[in-house]
Order: sequence, then C-alpha cells, then structure tokens
Amino acid sequence: MAAPEASASGPVSTGVPLDAEGVWFGYDRTPVLQDVSLRVAPGEFLALVGPNGSGKSTLLRILLGSLRPERGTVRIFGMDPASFDARWRIGYVPQRPTLASEVPATVEEIVTSGRLARRGWWRPLTSADRRAVGHAIDSVGLGSMAATPVNTLSGGQQQRAFIARAFASEPELLVLDEPVAGVDAESQRRFSDSLAHLIREHDAAVLLVSHELSAVAGIVDRVVVLKGRVLFDGTPGDLTHEGVSLGIHREDLPLWLEGLR
Amino acid sequence: MTGTLSFPFEVGFMQRALVAGLAVGVFAPVIGIFLVQKRLSLMGDGIGHVAFAGVGAGLLLSVWPIWTALAFAVAGALAVDWLRARRRVAGDVALALLFYSGIALGVVLVSLGGGMNAGVLTYLFGQPLTVKPSEIAVILALGAAITLTMWTLRRSMFAVVTDEEWSRAAGLPVDGMNSLLAVLTAVAIVAAMRIVGILLVAAMMVLPVASAQLLARSFRGTLAVAVIVGSGSVVAGLTAAWFWDIAPSGAIVLSAAFVFAIASIAKRAAPRSLRQEEHA
Repeated sequence: MAAPEASASGPVSTGVPLDAEGVWFGYDRTPVLQDVSLRVAPGEFLALVGPNGSGKSTLLRILLGSLRPERGTVRIFGMDPASFDARWRIGYVPQRPTLASEVPATVEEIVTSGRLARRGWWRPLTSADRRAVGHAIDSVGLGSMAATPVNTLSGGQQQRAFIARAFASEPELLVLDEPVAGVDAESQRRFSDSLAHLIREHDAAVLLVSHELSAVAGIVDRVVVLKGRVLFDGTPGDLTHEGVSLGIHREDLPLWLEGLR
Repeated sequence: MTGTLSFPFEVGFMQRALVAGLAVGVFAPVIGIFLVQKRLSLMGDGIGHVAFAGVGAGLLLSVWPIWTALAFAVAGALAVDWLRARRRVAGDVALALLFYSGIALGVVLVSLGGGMNAGVLTYLFGQPLTVKPSEIAVILALGAAITLTMWTLRRSMFAVVTDEEWSRAAGLPVDGMNSLLAVLTAVAIVAAMRIVGILLVAAMMVLPVASAQLLARSFRGTLAVAVIVGSGSVVAGLTAAWFWDIAPSGAIVLSAAFVFAIASIAKRAAPRSLRQEEHA
C-alpha cells in the first residue's frame, strides 16, 4: 500500500502534542519500557503498534499523564503532564469504554459530555457548543441516530459515537486505543475510511494504538513499532522495506516482531 | 391554603402532606437517577441507616433530629465515598459497613434516650400527615438546593456517573462530583425521612427511576418520567391512605412499586409494536 502524503498542516495551536524522551518504566523490577522516545507532531497521524504485552498500554498511560515514568521526560503540548489542565486539547477514545447503561442515554447526550471538557464543567452550553456537538455527530455518520440510545447501537456504531465524543471538544490530538479490536472486517474498512476523512476535516494529530495495522495502513504518516523498546520508527513505506507489508494479516505482525531483535 | 384542591386534599393536614410529599417525589428521583446509573442504588439505604444514628443522637441531646441526622448522614456519605475512592474496600462492603454501624449506633443512642417511642417511629417509618409547617420549610429548602444543584451540574454529573474513566481522562472533576453526589444523597435522605421514613426513603430514589428507564429512551427522558412517577406515587399513596386508613409512607412506596410492575408489563408488550412500526 502506498505511503500517504503528509496531512495538511493547518493553523494548529503552538506546541508539539506529545513528546516523550528516554522513558523507562517497570512493574516490580520487570522492565516494561526501556529508553522509549516518541513524538507526535502537529497534524501527524502516528500508529503505535506492538504485540500484546509490548508495553503499548503502559506507554499510553505515561503519555497521557496517568502514570509517571521512572526515568525520562514527557511533555503534553509542551507542558508537564501533572500541570497540563487543558485536557480538551486531547480527544481520548478508550479501548473498551466502561459505559454505565443502567439508564438509557442517547448518542447526543454521550457526545455532549465530550464538549464539557472544553466549555468548563460548571458552565451551561452555548449555541456554539451545541453546533460543535451536532457537527461531531454528523461527521461520524450518526446524524440520523442522535436521539437513539447508545446501548441499542451496534459495536461499530457505538465506537463511532465515542469518537464523536472525543471530537466534540475539537481536540488537536486524537488518541485512539485499539479502536478496531473486536470489530468485523467490514466495519474496520468503514472505520478507516471515515477516520481518514475526519482527520482531514478536523486537522487533528492522531495517535492510534493497535496490535494490528491493516485497518488503517493506508492513512498513517508514521509507524512506531514497540516491544519494550522502539524497534522501528519510520514511514509505512520504510516498514515495507523491512520486509513487512502493512496490509498483512493481523497474526503476521507479532510473528515478524518475534524475529526482529 | 384554602379549599381550592379537590377531595381528599381540601383539609389542611392533607395539603401539608401533599406539598411535602410532592417535593420528595421530585428531588428523590433527581438524585436517584445518578445513583442508579452508578450502580449504587443501595447507597440511599446505607446513608439512611446512618441518619437513624443521627436521629437517635438528636433525641438524646434534645436537638431537632433533622440537624443531627443531616450531620451524621453527610459524614457517613463522605466516609463511604472516601473508602470507595481509595479502593480500601469494595463498594458493597463499604455500604454494608455503613449500614450496620449506623443502625447499631442508632439503636444504642435510642436506648440511651429512653427507648422506642412515637418520635423514633415517625422517623423510621415516616408520617406525612403530621408534618409541621416548620418541617415543610426545611424539606422545601433542602429539596430546592438539591434540585437546583443537580440541574446546574446535570451534564457533568451525567458524564461522571456514565463513564468515570473517560471523564477523568477528559479532565472533569471526577472526585469532586462523586463527593458532591454523596453529600446531596445524604441531604435528600434527611429531607425525605420525615415523609417516607428512613426505611423507605431509598425506595423513592430508586423505584421511580427503575420504572422510567423501562419507558424512556434518553437520560433526560428518564429523569422527566421518574419525576412524574415519583410525584404521581405521592398523590396516589396519600389518596389511598385517606380512603383505606393505611400508613401513607408505605402506600406511597407501594404505589411506586405498582407503577414499576405496570411499566415492566408495558415494556414487554412494547418491543413488538415498535418493531411493527419500523417495518410499516
């Protein structure tokens, strides 16, 4: 698959979304991350790939500031994660959203939550906020389902609702944790199409964490392969030269990673 | 208040019961919907038990039991929230600890104060028909504070109880919202205990919401239906109490339970008709 052209770099606010330098981390003296550096530039679409247990989730938690590295530095938009309070600048789509659904909630109600981070949790929403919410819902193709309870949607539709929630704050960085895990091939293709469209439209940088690349192979700018250490950092084209095509079946990448030491 | 209301609400004590009861019918589900979504339906019960210890303390010290119950309940609610947040104990164990310590302390304090009497029973089982204007004023003031606070913060509270992990990542004040919900739950318990009683107050928070979530298709719609069911149960319960000379607090909660039974049956019948509409 051909490497995509670099995303249009529009007027993004100052500061590199994510910048980690020489990060070390371990649980009970078992090293999980060794000297990991990772940088997401404004407007860039970066895929962080690695097999299960490669430290992806740990690295993500460090990058988002919920874990502190043992060594190394992390900057979110140039700031220390502990003092970074403009959380709306990051749109986060969790891996398996732990959504309580005792009480029905509509797509619109869920997506409106995403706007609160930007508006301020105590302030009433303005008409501009409502427009942003409506726009986020339309952009994931759920416009006709805004009033539908989320728990009656299919898995793929729910995932799109959670992406809309992340987009509602008009973030400069979208973080997607295993967005297509457990979603069928057809939904994966549709997801990748709409993701490419969304990124062009919203002009946000993207950090996509995944153990498989096939669903988004055509739209990433850069791939970082992680297995405790950074094994590869470059364009999809370069990764192809290393002997692996990005259109590979999901089982192939871990096998390839095993051989790469 | 004059006889502008129809039978049986044309007499003074029934009107006072109606005003205080309707307030409970509104503010109890307003709190309850967030507890149900958080899967903490029994939170109200646990805090009610602590409020009982406060009632015992008030009767012993000759202080108006509403104030001591409020102090005990708020302290208990914050303690449970603290235990839950620090993951020192699981949520249901924290509630059990609160239940039993609260009721045991209540029993001890009541025995020190001279044992079970009509005053104690009023708070345990509720009695809207003898509610005094001063008590109505407190119920209305606390109820208004609860309803206004929740209305102002409804979206953030919804986000936090619906998806706590995401809310934290999005920078919403998750811990503050949880503590606020715990405190307002305690306030609601104390405001409602004189009407439906400590033993039944949690029912007014949970049952109307349980009915509404079967019928509505949105959080906002569930809240609206729950408030209608809550206040409707109060009117139905007071009317039944008048005609059949039964305990009004029990009649109010049984009305709410009856609505739930009807809603479950309606729900079971509804999907078929909805599906037909979609195919039509």
